[in-house]
Amino acid sequence: MSKGRKPPVNESRRKFLVRSMQAVGISILGGVVWGAFVKENTYDPLAIRPPGALPGDDFLKKCIKCGLCVEACANRPTVPYKNGKKMITLRLASPGDNKPLGTPYFIPRDVPCYMCEDIPCVVACPTGALEPDLVSSLVDGKKSLDINKARMGVAVIDHKNCIAFWGLQCDACYRACPLLDEAIYIVPSRNPRTGKHAFMVPQVDPDHCTGCGLCEHACVTEKAAIFVLPREVALGKAGKHYLKGWEEHQEINGYEPQEEKKEKGKSPESYLNSEDLLNE
Amino acid sequence: MSKEEKKGFLHYLYKHRFLMGRRLTQVSIMLLYIGGNIYGWNILKGNLSSSKLFDVIPLADPFAVLQMFFAGAIVAVDALIGAGIILLFYALIGGRAFCSWVCPMNMITDFANWLRVKTNIHREEWQLRITRKTRYLAIAMALTLSLILGMPAFEFVSPISILHRGLIFGMGLGWTMVLAIFLFDLFVIKNGWCGHVCPLGGFYSLVSKPSLIRVDYDYGKCTECMECVKICPESQVLHMVGKHSSLVSSGECINCGRCVEVCNDDAIYFSLRFLEKSKEAVSHEGK
Ligand code: SF4
Ligand code: SF4
Ligand code: SF4
Ligand code: SF4
Ligand code: SF4
Repeated sequence: MSKGRKPPVNESRRKFLVRSMQAVGISILGGVVWGAFVKENTYDPLAIRPPGALPGDDFLKKCIKCGLCVEACANRPTVPYKNGKKMITLRLASPGDNKPLGTPYFIPRDVPCYMCEDIPCVVACPTGALEPDLVSSLVDGKKSLDINKARMGVAVIDHKNCIAFWGLQCDACYRACPLLDEAIYIVPSRNPRTGKHAFMVPQVDPDHCTGCGLCEHACVTEKAAIFVLPREVALGKAGKHYLKGWEEHQEINGYEPQEEKKEKGKSPESYLNSEDLLNE
Repeated sequence: MSKEEKKGFLHYLYKHRFLMGRRLTQVSIMLLYIGGNIYGWNILKGNLSSSKLFDVIPLADPFAVLQMFFAGAIVAVDALIGAGIILLFYALIGGRAFCSWVCPMNMITDFANWLRVKTNIHREEWQLRITRKTRYLAIAMALTLSLILGMPAFEFVSPISILHRGLIFGMGLGWTMVLAIFLFDLFVIKNGWCGHVCPLGGFYSLVSKPSLIRVDYDYGKCTECMECVKICPESQVLHMVGKHSSLVSSGECINCGRCVEVCNDDAIYFSLRFLEKSKEAVSHEGK
């Protein structure tokens, strides 16, 4: 072309076709690698998210990775110190953390969530990835933040390594729990080995546990024998074939418990499974 | 310092006034963010993806919000307003100034570019050739992938976010990504990342075309030394230099002002769109 001669129409058309195919080829190659990385990076069923986080992928869709929640958590007035260092709950995942990049998470064994009453992390979120409605309850007909509604995960006890199950005296997790006697309660029973002592073992009630991890943080065993897992991971599901016929609202008529439908979106755990959060 | 030296120094400052202003802005913005995280300063909090200015005004990256739309998320008003503010600012006023005055990656790629030229690595014939339109392909890919995966796709790989987030919240292994970009620009393509590939830069190129602040070129004063074209990181936008007077109309100009600084004849300068001077029609044949 530099010779000032126009290439024959056919040749320029061919050139255009080849260029287009090159672009398509590169896009597909790049797209597959890029897409695979995003898919891989966003798959983390074990991440523990801040209070009020939307469930699963909805959270990853909405979180803009600004870290405003992390800063709100780090700069709240009640932040505790240990050896002169701030105990900051939330972290923003950086490369190497093996968490979806740039998203907030916490590791309860290191620093648990202290269940701030004003929930500064949720208030700070600009996108609704941390949704205030998920951590609010109605007080006198007015919506107000209620950290006890948080469902960051659920505490699970390893009965083999929790020393209370050996018959030793320990209630560290029970004492640490902000919902003492609701989320964790102590079940006494006779210790047949000694005959005269009692087992005083902790139990978790998933209906009340917020997943804050204060128990995991307090656990005295070398590796915590009580630990927080995401609810989708730790909890089973009986399914609609099994009904608690003795409970009033679960009258057996056909397979469908009537009340459950009405309560959808109201009971503390059902929001986790509801799909129309975004439309609320 | 002798008088001569002093004048030389002042002259040097004058010849790099925009460069220094940009570095100062880029560094201060990052410092304000870092202070916001560590000491809770209320000037700028968050990061370049989304932030709070003075604890009231929300700001957000419009390209990130666009990807979220494609991913099927309805983001809260705060982020929408924030994205609107940023979008309008660059589209109507600043031009692609995000790239030259704010983005921290610009310091990395400018450094690579400087080293490339200083060490004579740069030879036209050694360059790998890819088109500067690659960035628009990258935008299309980012949006398509966001749609398919239901995730804001570029946000999970963006080296820009890895860098600014890393500076504020801890880098982790993020430096490897930054190093990769640096080496790419140093050895593979001149202005490779920012001038060819970066979809965020591409996004701002597309939206900031109507902006008020524009570089203006006066053919009448130009001595055709071509220094401006040589220094410009987006040299294709200066296609009119040596040909005819005109505004730099391409959105790809990052308003860095390098061309303005290097011109010894005041032939190229910052101007406002509606102030475009009527220049005498001159022909250089007669000069
Ligand atoms: S509620 Fe938990 S995560 Fe949120 S700011 Fe308080 S300690 Fe941090
Ligand atoms: S404040 Fe919201 S959008 Fe920002 S990082 Fe936290 S969860 Fe994500
Ligand atoms: S995580 Fe542990 S401390 Fe927190 S509410 Fe549940 S049982 Fe209590
Ligand atoms: S092109 Fe991309 S990386 Fe370069 S300065 Fe602009 S936004 Fe930053
Ligand atoms: S035309 Fe001037 S201001 Fe625009 S990118 Fe080039 S050197 Fe920078």
